[in-house]
Amino acid sequence: MTQNYEKLPQDAFTRIPRDTQEAEKISKPSVSFWQDAWRSLKKNKGAIISLILFGLILIMSFVGPMISPYEPNDQTITHANLPPKMPIIENLGIMDGVGTLGGREVDLYEMKNVEQNYWFGTDGLGRDMFSRVWKGTQVSLFIAFVAAAIDMLIGVIYGGISGYFGGRIDDVMQRIVEILTGIPNLVVVILFILIMDPGILAIIIALTITGWTGMSRVVRGQVLKYKSQEFVLAARTLGASDSRIIWKHLMPNVLGVIIINTMFTIPGAIFFEAFLSFIGLGLQAPDASLGTLINDGYKLIQYQPHILLFPAVVLSLIMIAFNLIGDGLRDALDPKMKD
Amino acid sequence: MEKILQVKDLELSFHTYGGEVKAIRGVNFDLYKGETLAIVGESGSGKSVTTKSIMRLLPEESAEFKNGEILFGGRDLTKLSDKEMQKIRGKDISMIFQDPMTSLNPTMPVGRQITEPILKHQNINKDEAKKLAIDLLRLVGMPKPELRMKQYPHQFSGGQRQRIVIAIALACNPQILIADEPTTALDVTIQAQILELMKDLQKKIDTSIIFITHDLGVVANVADRVAVMYGGKIVEIGTVDEIFYNPQHPYTWGLLSSMPSMDAEDAKLYAIPGTPPDLLNPPKGDAFALRSEYAMKIDMEQPPPFFKVSDTHMAATWLLHPEAPAVEPPEMVIERMKKFPGSRYYEGSAN
Amino acid sequence: MARYIGKRLIYMFITLALIATFTFFLMKILPGSPIASADKLSPEQRAVVEARYGLDQPLPVQYFDYMFGLLKGDLGISINQFKGANVTDVILSRMGPSAQIGFQGMLLGTVLGILFGMVAALRQNTWVDYGSTIVAIIGISIPSFVFASMLQYWFGLKWDLFPVALWKDGFMSSVLPSIALAMFPLATAARFIRTEMIEVLGSDYITLAKAKGASGSEIAFKHAFRNALIPLITVLGPMAVSILTGSLVVEQIFAIPGIGEQFVKSIMVNDFSIIMGTTIFFSVFLIVVILIVDILYGVIDPRIRLSGGKN
Repeated sequence: MTQNYEKLPQDAFTRIPRDTQEAEKISKPSVSFWQDAWRSLKKNKGAIISLILFGLILIMSFVGPMISPYEPNDQTITHANLPPKMPIIENLGIMDGVGTLGGREVDLYEMKNVEQNYWFGTDGLGRDMFSRVWKGTQVSLFIAFVAAAIDMLIGVIYGGISGYFGGRIDDVMQRIVEILTGIPNLVVVILFILIMDPGILAIIIALTITGWTGMSRVVRGQVLKYKSQEFVLAARTLGASDSRIIWKHLMPNVLGVIIINTMFTIPGAIFFEAFLSFIGLGLQAPDASLGTLINDGYKLIQYQPHILLFPAVVLSLIMIAFNLIGDGLRDALDPKMKD
Repeated sequence: MEKILQVKDLELSFHTYGGEVKAIRGVNFDLYKGETLAIVGESGSGKSVTTKSIMRLLPEESAEFKNGEILFGGRDLTKLSDKEMQKIRGKDISMIFQDPMTSLNPTMPVGRQITEPILKHQNINKDEAKKLAIDLLRLVGMPKPELRMKQYPHQFSGGQRQRIVIAIALACNPQILIADEPTTALDVTIQAQILELMKDLQKKIDTSIIFITHDLGVVANVADRVAVMYGGKIVEIGTVDEIFYNPQHPYTWGLLSSMPSMDAEDAKLYAIPGTPPDLLNPPKGDAFALRSEYAMKIDMEQPPPFFKVSDTHMAATWLLHPEAPAVEPPEMVIERMKKFPGSRYYEGSAN
Repeated sequence: MARYIGKRLIYMFITLALIATFTFFLMKILPGSPIASADKLSPEQRAVVEARYGLDQPLPVQYFDYMFGLLKGDLGISINQFKGANVTDVILSRMGPSAQIGFQGMLLGTVLGILFGMVAALRQNTWVDYGSTIVAIIGISIPSFVFASMLQYWFGLKWDLFPVALWKDGFMSSVLPSIALAMFPLATAARFIRTEMIEVLGSDYITLAKAKGASGSEIAFKHAFRNALIPLITVLGPMAVSILTGSLVVEQIFAIPGIGEQFVKSIMVNDFSIIMGTTIFFSVFLIVVILIVDILYGVIDPRIRLSGGKN
């Protein structure tokens, strides 16, 4: 606010031409939608740790049964009910092969004269829990991934057709979905398992028979939202064919929610598989999934808690990891999406 | 005239992931009793932040006063506790927001939303508060106010909702009313009604108004004085006539040139080139220099001080320095200046 | 609103009829005979037993008998497990414990969940928030049967704080199963309320409330809480489903004489009429819950209430 001017250098008032380039320069580099999503996902520590954790579990589910010297279904009756024993870690006072026998703590490996180490211990039939847990993980993940993939495929096609073509087709298709979603998932799954031979296939079919409706709803909603927007109208005006509009204009926009939804279907499927196995409708012995292992372990919870512990921990870790990855993806891909 | 509010050397920053955003970089102005001061500027110029900082409505975690003071009733608002601010908000200073569609609580009857500040700040019982609220609704031109008290916001139109928000703001006869783009979200015809209503009410309860807008048409209509903000600073301040007919800052010239006018024969609108400065790394000199065709070397090096144009008119541009070369403002601005006694282009009798 | 409810009721009946029909024919094509010891019986004995349960009638007759029975609330007769007992009676007699742990679990879960979510939102990005977020993630991720086994092992077996299993000590017996069931509703409510609260707290009308001079607690309770709570009704449906699904395994683990435990048992022994009856009972329960939830939403939210139902 001062009016007494200080002395300014001679050339201070030389005019400089306006650099329009400079003025129009956008200071931030432009990033694509996916780059931006990846950036914000990378900032989400929970999601990144989960991604690494899940990667490790996935690798172990294949490598685990191989690095263990025992086959998942090999029974060594003399080595039954051994607690976990792992070199190095045993020095910490855990997983040292010590278990309770008749109320006293003893090293069961010494007592039974077992030379080898069973890292996760053994079950009542002397099977190696380490290879069984990872084999079971493999089976559970396989079921979950296949079920989620089928859900996605049917859901996207059904929801896409319903939303894109609209009108009577949409009406009829939506009435069908409305009735299907009215039937509790639990009831359908149990009934289907009952009439089919128990096994991986039966579980996958049971999980997908109504599982796709969730995906179809989401996809339909998104397609309905985007197809009436100006960029699609513009493409149509320019003579784009239906398939071009679907693949070039709608799909990239709907892809985000498809990915997010799938990330939440997978833990759902893992849960249902374990649930069915737990109530006795899952895989039949000697095949193992995490659910059947938990069921077996639960029966011995009082005496051999380790048989329950390992599959339960792996199952919980997978579930937590997927939920965190799903949350992270949702925040990264669509901060506004809530359902 | 009595100064009711003084903002002195106000500096405020936001702490974000990207770093410190210097949203307000030294703002000075006074508000006189009963006047309407308009603050104009484009989005991001800091006009909303300035008023929100007066009300202390900015998130405490991220917004920080770096310097300066806001004097009101002998107290510095930047130093008050939240408890003390609660007694001022809604009673002495109240606010109207931009979007009436979202500024009312959707699950609370409007009557209760109006009585809330009354019960909070005045020592009266519920029945009296209700009567007062009905009077207020009538005052803002709501037909059948008794019936509408029990209704929810979604049962009102946008214009009606803004009337309700105004009723809430005026509930305790505030000394200062801050209106943050109160008409931007409304239809043009409703805009005029709301402006008319505000002018009316101002006379009735003798309040001072700070009116934030980017619409110069609205400014001409309501304001006594105008402050033009750019890049977190006030670049020019003066009476409405001074700003409209004798503008000095190149940014004000740009703003005026980009205003559509009824009598302009040439329908082509002027647009200020470029984008507002990045306040994460604010420019060293004049923030507008990069976009200005009148930029000089000094603009890049040193921020311009305020130069006095008249007792009421000041502008922060090096062009007003006695050593600066004379420049021709844009054609359109010269046309305006011709009508203003005291400007260098004055051509005699204006209306 | 009335039209909306009417439409929903019609859908509900169609769905239920479909489920009943579907269940009925599924049971008929199921491998194995509904009569447990069928192989040991002579053809004559078998005919007598079949006649007693109406199994000698042609399929359509059996079907219509069953459907008409359903309309009267008659779910048929248990053949194997309860030797001629009425399925409806069996289910009703086992409803008490299931309803108790289900209700307690739901109540505990939602109340704690709302509390956790509120506190997390009001103290965003503090350790309270992180703690409640971790609890919520764990609650959503860990299956109820894993959680139930853990509770049973530590609180029942190791520390002997609560009965390990069985339904003999009244309320004490219901504590662990209720907590196991409460985890999912707790986690869902906590996450949901946190997100809603944060969104509501950022909305314009909260700023206006602040500008009116309202205090922090007035804003949280008078303005934000109600607006964050209303949408929670939409997740009550999924919560009820989780309670029901959970009850199958939780009742099994804690040996509670409820419907869930009964259902699992009847699957093991192929008691078709109990399976059918329970399936239909479950369906009715869930469909009615979802219907009530939708109607409730319309009643509570003024925006929907007054515009006459959502489309």
